[in-house]
Amino acid sequence: MDIAGRRRLRLKTWIFTVLVIVANAFGNLFLDKGVHGAAGGIGLVRLPLFDIEVNLLWLVPGIGLLILWMLTRMALLGWADLTYVLPVTALGYVLSTVLAAMFLGERVDGRRWAGTILIVLGTALVSATSPKGNAR
Amino acid sequence: MKELLVAVVVLATVCADLLQSAEMKQVGELDDFRPSGIQALLRAMARNKYLILAVFFMALSFFAFLKLLTIADLSYAVPVSALTIVIDTVLARVLLRERVDWRRWTGAALVAAGVFLISAA
Repeated sequence: MDIAGRRRLRLKTWIFTVLVIVANAFGNLFLDKGVHGAAGGIGLVRLPLFDIEVNLLWLVPGIGLLILWMLTRMALLGWADLTYVLPVTALGYVLSTVLAAMFLGERVDGRRWAGTILIVLGTALVSATSPKGNAR
Repeated sequence: MKELLVAVVVLATVCADLLQSAEMKQVGELDDFRPSGIQALLRAMARNKYLILAVFFMALSFFAFLKLLTIADLSYAVPVSALTIVIDTVLARVLLRERVDWRRWTGAALVAAGVFLISAA
């Protein structure tokens, strides 16, 4: 692959990686809001099969974001290895931890932050490899 | 109950990941970002035999995750599901025959250590 091709591959990979991470983290945040019945009771329904009360005002956009997450991730898997995509998009776990602390008031103690830092280090190491191995 | 739900989420996600990756290795790379190119990719994805199974496992993982969120913090549920990265890395090496160099093994191990710290908190 020439230099322009490699640059294009990197750029494409980063754009899709960011989309995957953001859609996943915000999708999870919305799901959490959805199962905890926010927004003053508007849009509340019970899912009988799972015995969960959910708020559709949060759940529906959350599902929309998770569909976007799935499609962008599958597109990324079209050229990048699974063993590249998983650790690199693990930054979504970090963003989720930050969002949980910011918007859900969940207590994130030192251990959880240390775990988060390890995940970031793992991500950085894997993102230094080429997204395409020699699988194909 | 919490551990059982975590196990269902992790195993269903691993199955979905492997099936999605196998599918996309067959479907190929998105290179044409015009609407027609994206449509062609979506059509090729829909025709592939692995998609239905992958969607089934994703749905299973999704509902188990939703149930997990009702009894656990998001900052527990999300990181603990990162266990999939370790299992996926081993299975991608064995089943998908991906070349996993030391940086990818180490990266997966660091992520696993991070998951352990977060879930043991």
